[in-house]
Amino acid sequence: MTVPRTSDAGGEPSRRRSPTGPSGISRRAALAALGVAGLGASTGCGSVLAGVAGTGPPADALTYWNLFTGGDGSHMVEMEDRYRKQHPDVHLNAVTLSWGTPYYTKLALAILGNRPPDVAVTHLSRLPTLAAGNLLEPLRGDDLARHGMTADRFTPAAWRKGQVDGKQYAVPLDTHPFVMFYNVDICRKAGLLDADGRIAPITGTDGLVAALAACRKVTGAYGGVVNVNADPSTCWRWFDTLYGQLGGEVLADDGTRIVLDDAKAAQVLAFQRELTVGRKLMPSNIDGNGVNQLFANGKVGLLFDGVWQLPTYQATKLKFSMAPVPNVFGGAYHCFADSHALILPRNAGRDAHRRDTSLGLVRGLLDASMVWAEGGHVPAWKNVQDSAAFRKLRPQSEYVPAAEAAVYDPAGWYSGAGSDFENIMGFAVAAAEAGQISPDAAVRQIRTKLNGYASRPAPVGGTA
Amino acid sequence: MTTTTLAALPRTEEQTARGDEARAGWGLLAPFAVLYLLFLIGPALYGLVLSFFDASSVRTGLGSFAGFGNYAEALGSSDFWSSMWHTVLFTLLTTPPLVIVAMGLAMLADRLKHGRWFFRLAFFAPYVVPATCVALVFTWMYTPTGLYSSWLTSVGLTAPAWLADPNWAMISVALMTVWWTIGFNFVLYLAGLQEIPQELYEASAVDGASPLAQLRRITVPLLGRTTLLVTMLQILASLKVFDQIYLLTSGGPNYATRPVIEYIYDVGFTDFRTGYGAAASMLYFVVILAVSVVWFVANRRLGRRS
Repeated sequence: MTVPRTSDAGGEPSRRRSPTGPSGISRRAALAALGVAGLGASTGCGSVLAGVAGTGPPADALTYWNLFTGGDGSHMVEMEDRYRKQHPDVHLNAVTLSWGTPYYTKLALAILGNRPPDVAVTHLSRLPTLAAGNLLEPLRGDDLARHGMTADRFTPAAWRKGQVDGKQYAVPLDTHPFVMFYNVDICRKAGLLDADGRIAPITGTDGLVAALAACRKVTGAYGGVVNVNADPSTCWRWFDTLYGQLGGEVLADDGTRIVLDDAKAAQVLAFQRELTVGRKLMPSNIDGNGVNQLFANGKVGLLFDGVWQLPTYQATKLKFSMAPVPNVFGGAYHCFADSHALILPRNAGRDAHRRDTSLGLVRGLLDASMVWAEGGHVPAWKNVQDSAAFRKLRPQSEYVPAAEAAVYDPAGWYSGAGSDFENIMGFAVAAAEAGQISPDAAVRQIRTKLNGYASRPAPVGGTA
Repeated sequence: MTTTTLAALPRTEEQTARGDEARAGWGLLAPFAVLYLLFLIGPALYGLVLSFFDASSVRTGLGSFAGFGNYAEALGSSDFWSSMWHTVLFTLLTTPPLVIVAMGLAMLADRLKHGRWFFRLAFFAPYVVPATCVALVFTWMYTPTGLYSSWLTSVGLTAPAWLADPNWAMISVALMTVWWTIGFNFVLYLAGLQEIPQELYEASAVDGASPLAQLRRITVPLLGRTTLLVTMLQILASLKVFDQIYLLTSGGPNYATRPVIEYIYDVGFTDFRTGYGAAASMLYFVVILAVSVVWFVANRRLGRRS
C-alpha cells in the first residue's frame, strides 16, 4: 500500500541515488524523500527506508535469522551483543522467528524470493533437505580457513554432519544430545553413586531396571520419567537413543528406502513399555508439565530429556547432575542428538566482501559460545570446548562424550527437527509406551505411515 | 488506487441520478471489494491452480502438472479421511452444547433483575481470551496431577487420562472449547431474547399460561431464527478447528485428534507439499460450501414462512 501512495503524492518516483548535493535535488524529490524517511522512521525499519529510497544498505550491515526464544534466546542476544562490541563497524540486524515449521517455511520462501538473511541458524538434521533444495551456499575451505574454521577445530560428528555430498554447507555451533538427568540425593540413597558422587555406570536392560527400581524404593512412586503425551519429538529421541544402541536405522538413501529392523524396533518398544505400563517404574501418562514437576520436586531419580532442559532445573533448588544415557543394549554407544549450525543462505547478490563479513559473524558467534554452553548445549567449537572454563562448567562437561556419540535424524525430505518423520515415529512410540497399542502394532503403523513418504518423489530439488 | 480509477472515469451531463447512485454504491463498496479480491478471491483461485500441480514451498514456480493426481491421492489417503472425521467429530461434540447451553444461559441471564451486566460479562469474558492462553491454562488443568484429576480422585473416582487417552482426548478438547467460546452464542441469544415483545408474555399470562408453556410456546419458537443463525455459525466455526487442538495435543495421542486443517498444515507446510495441501484444502472447502448452502436454503425458507 505504501508504494502507490508515495508515487501519487510525489508524482516523481524517488529513484534517486544517494544525494550528491543540494543543487541536484528538486523540491518535490526532497519532499518525497522526507516522506519516505518519515515512513522509515515510523516503521522503525532501516531496510525499508533504504530499499524505497534506493540508497541500499550500508556496506557492512548483516541480517541474521535464528529460532531461539526463552533461555536460548537471551543467550543468543548476549552473543550477538558481544559480536557487536567487537565489530562496531558492522550493523547486525538479528531476527528471531518461531521454531520449527514456521521458521523453515519462512527461510525457504525468503531464499526463493531473493531476500535471504546473510546468516541463518539451522538444525543439522534439516541440512540435507536445505542443500537438496539448492537453498544454501557451499562454504569453501579457504574462505573458512581464513577465519580459522577448520575441521580439526570442531566436534567431528557435528562437522561431518555439516557436509552434504562432500561439500561443507554449515558451521556447527553446538551438539545437543538426549541425556540422563539424575537427582543426586535420591541416587545416593539408592546406592547409584560412585565415590566421587557421580552416577556409576549402568549397563544392560537389567541394570537400568534395577537402577529405576532402586530409585522407586526411595521416592515411593516412580523411579524415573520421560515425556509421553503430546510430545512426539521427545518420544522419538528416547526410542532412537535405545534403537541406535542396537545398531538400528530407520531410513536410507535420502529417505527413499525404509530400513527399519522390525524385530529390533519391537524389542526397544517392548522395553520402553516394560518400564512404563509393565513395571510401572516410569509414568505412562505424563506430559511436559508433569515431567518438570516430578523431577524438579524430587519425585523421581532419573529423567531422560534433552540437554536444553538444563536451565529449567538450574532455576530450582534441586541438586542434580547429568550423564549420557546408559548403554542399555550394549552395542556401539549411541544417542540421539542434533546440532544448531550456521549457514549462508543462497544469495546471488553476495560478493566476496559480504561473504567475508558473514563468515566473520559466524566466527564471532563461535567465539562467544561459552555463553551458549550455559543453555546446556555442548559447544562444537574446540577453542571453547577444550578451554579450562568449559571443563570447569558442570554438568555440561560431564556429557561431552554424548555429543561425540551423536547420531542425527536420517536424511530425507520429510525428516529432521520438527518434521513429520519425528511425528510418525513419536506418536507410535507414545502409543506403545502408554499401552494403547502393542509394540508389533506400533512397528506396523510406523511402516505404513513411512511408506507414504518414502515412495513419493521428493518435493525438494529439481527445478530450483 | 481505487480513488484514482474512479476519478478517471468520464463524467457526462446526461447521466441520471440513478446512475450516479449506483456509481456511489460501487464506490463505497470498492475498498472492501478490492481487498476481498486481492486477499480472498485471488489467493483462493491461486490455491485452486496450485492444487493441480506438484507445487512445493522449497522450489520456485508451480512445478510439474499433476492433473487430478493430488485429489486422487487425498481421496485415497486414510490419513486425510481420519482427519476429516476428527473435524466432524469435534463439530458433533461441540455444536449441540454450544447452542443449547448458550440458549439456557441467555434465558437465565435475561431473567435477572439485578447485576445482569456481571453475568453477561462473566459468560462472555472467556471468549476474548486468546487460544494460546486458554490452551495453556487447560493443559495445566488436564495434566495427570492437575485440578480435574485431583477433584475426581478426591471424590473417589478414577480420572481419565484427559489428553492422553485416544477415547477422551477429543472430549477434553470439546469441553475446553465449550467453556471458551460459549460467550459469542450467549450474546446472540441475549439479543434474540430482547427482540421478543414483552406484551406476548403479559397476554399469555392473562390467559393463564404457565412459565413452562411460555418457554415452549413463545420463547423457543420466537428464537427460531437466532437458533438457526447460531447453529450454522457454530457448525462453520467448529469445522475450522485447529488452534486449540494443535496447542493441547498436537493432533495426538497417536493422531487421534488431528483435524483436517492440521493435516493440511502438516502436508502443505511441514512437508513442503503446497500443491497437495491446496488440493486437500479444496476438498475441505467443498464440505464448508455444502454446509453454507444448507444454511442459505434453510434461512430463505424460514424467511418466506414468517
